[in-house]
Amino acid sequence: MYYGPKKFDEPMTHARITLFAGHYGSGKTNLAVNYAIALKHLHPGSRVILADLDIVNPYFRSLDSADALECAGIEIIASQFANSNLEAPSMPGEAMILFDNKACCGVIDVGGDERGAYAVGRYSDYIREENVDALLVCNKYRPLSREPEQVLSIKNEIENAARIKFTGLVNNSNLGAQTTPEHIISSLRYINRVSELCGLPVIFTGAARGLADYLPGMTGLFCLDIHGKNEWRIN
Amino acid sequence: MEKVLMKGNEAIAEAAIMAGCRHFFGYPITPQTEVAAYMSKRLPKIGGVYLQAESEISSINMILGAASAGVRAMTSSSSPGISLMSEGISYMAACDLPSVIVNIQRGGPGLGGIQPSQADYWQATRSSGHGDFHIIALAPNSIQEIVDLTQRAFDLADTYRMPVIILGDGILGQMMEPVELRPNISANPPEKTWAANGTGGKRKKNIINSLYLKPDQLEQINFERFKRYKLVEKKEALHEAYLTDDADIILVAYGATSRICRNAITQARANGVKAGLLRPITLWPFPVQAIKQTMQRAKAFICVEMSMGQMIDDVKLAIECERPVAFLGRTGGMVHTPEEILAKIEAVDRGETA
Repeated sequence: MYYGPKKFDEPMTHARITLFAGHYGSGKTNLAVNYAIALKHLHPGSRVILADLDIVNPYFRSLDSADALECAGIEIIASQFANSNLEAPSMPGEAMILFDNKACCGVIDVGGDERGAYAVGRYSDYIREENVDALLVCNKYRPLSREPEQVLSIKNEIENAARIKFTGLVNNSNLGAQTTPEHIISSLRYINRVSELCGLPVIFTGAARGLADYLPGMTGLFCLDIHGKNEWRIN
Repeated sequence: MEKVLMKGNEAIAEAAIMAGCRHFFGYPITPQTEVAAYMSKRLPKIGGVYLQAESEISSINMILGAASAGVRAMTSSSSPGISLMSEGISYMAACDLPSVIVNIQRGGPGLGGIQPSQADYWQATRSSGHGDFHIIALAPNSIQEIVDLTQRAFDLADTYRMPVIILGDGILGQMMEPVELRPNISANPPEKTWAANGTGGKRKKNIINSLYLKPDQLEQINFERFKRYKLVEKKEALHEAYLTDDADIILVAYGATSRICRNAITQARANGVKAGLLRPITLWPFPVQAIKQTMQRAKAFICVEMSMGQMIDDVKLAIECERPVAFLGRTGGMVHTPEEILAKIEAVDRGETA
């Protein structure tokens, strides 16, 4: 039921489960939240689940977007200690629903770097069996993933820790609120080089909704709403 | 210069590297662990030393050793870890050793929690350890300021031969902003003629020590050191004034809290209340003169802190209690909302200053 023609004009994969991993701060959580909402648009009758496997990041988590997710009718499965004062690297048993219940679809949000990716290892057999689309999120404007070669070593570290293989790349190059259309255009060369080096296809480029209007004719653009905390944002 | 997107904790680490720091000793603790994680990735590639110690007590004493040898060294931790470092910080102050210590504060007291806090103000400005001494306390409020001030911290430490603490909070450590990695260090740092780094057979031994057998000698050394502290107080106080010129109500806040205050001030002004912000950038030395000056016009002050009220004493002292100073605090890892700050501004504007 997930392999029909696309009803939603976003570039998306056709897998039942899509996983986002990458260097920390590359924007995985916001991507995962947006992607889950887009999945729900695509499959309004289905149970859509966002599994937050991030057990390393103390702040800025998918739960910060709980309102937007619940509003869209998406279930969140996260560590019961997320956003609390307890750092217990554990996942609830419900995380298995995504693999056990073949009628649901969803997104897996993985913690940053290899440190965050270890949590995926526990599910790696299921991920392989299920042909999960495992996407490596890349941001050219992060200091330790500026060079395509650096991305390659991050990719290898995460694959070893998570015991999975990536199936595609997501270009999420951004400078936060200061991102301009030029930043996105100039990141295309970077992501294509990463793609050449590791042999993985670029599935899409993420851009904040306001920027997409300035990028006419750019294909493979996935529009993002920026979710999360903002009371201390200053311009 | 092309900007990059950085987390506060990473920015501290990269700025330290830019300032010539090649020695980092630390022990992981949330919410500052990315400082150590970043150093562990970067330092081995540039000929530096990253070492995870077995405890914060070890880390600070490794810093003492590295500083004694005259190299730029840094450690970082969060609240409970800084308490463990107290003894070492006092020893470094006593030995006139420069170093940079980072505290990304979390909720306390005790083990507390991992969410942001500013409850270590007293610790940073009053009691970083036992004995008569000060350390310079820097309080950035943006990732760009972290990049600039972390570099400056190393110059200040070397110039005045004293530890400098960067007092951040969990929000600043974890949040991301675009930054320019621009250099902000002195081209001519003072030569470390005092360092115990080998005589080369050419000079007398340098001895790094904090034990004095004669009380009058120790008193004399403390007198001399406090003359240096006077100089720091005179020359190094930093602040930012935001819309204070015509303000009836002055908010005093530092770090992440000051950002939320700015948003509340925008709303207050839209509602017709003239509020402004005086943001201390150095907590010691405290920007006494700058705060005093705002008193010409201001009818009341509001101290906003993620604590039960620690900086408020310094505000009252700065204005010699000549105006009411109201207080709005959150604690335990809770963060102010702009709305509750706005409500406080409006209450104080109505004369409710208690």
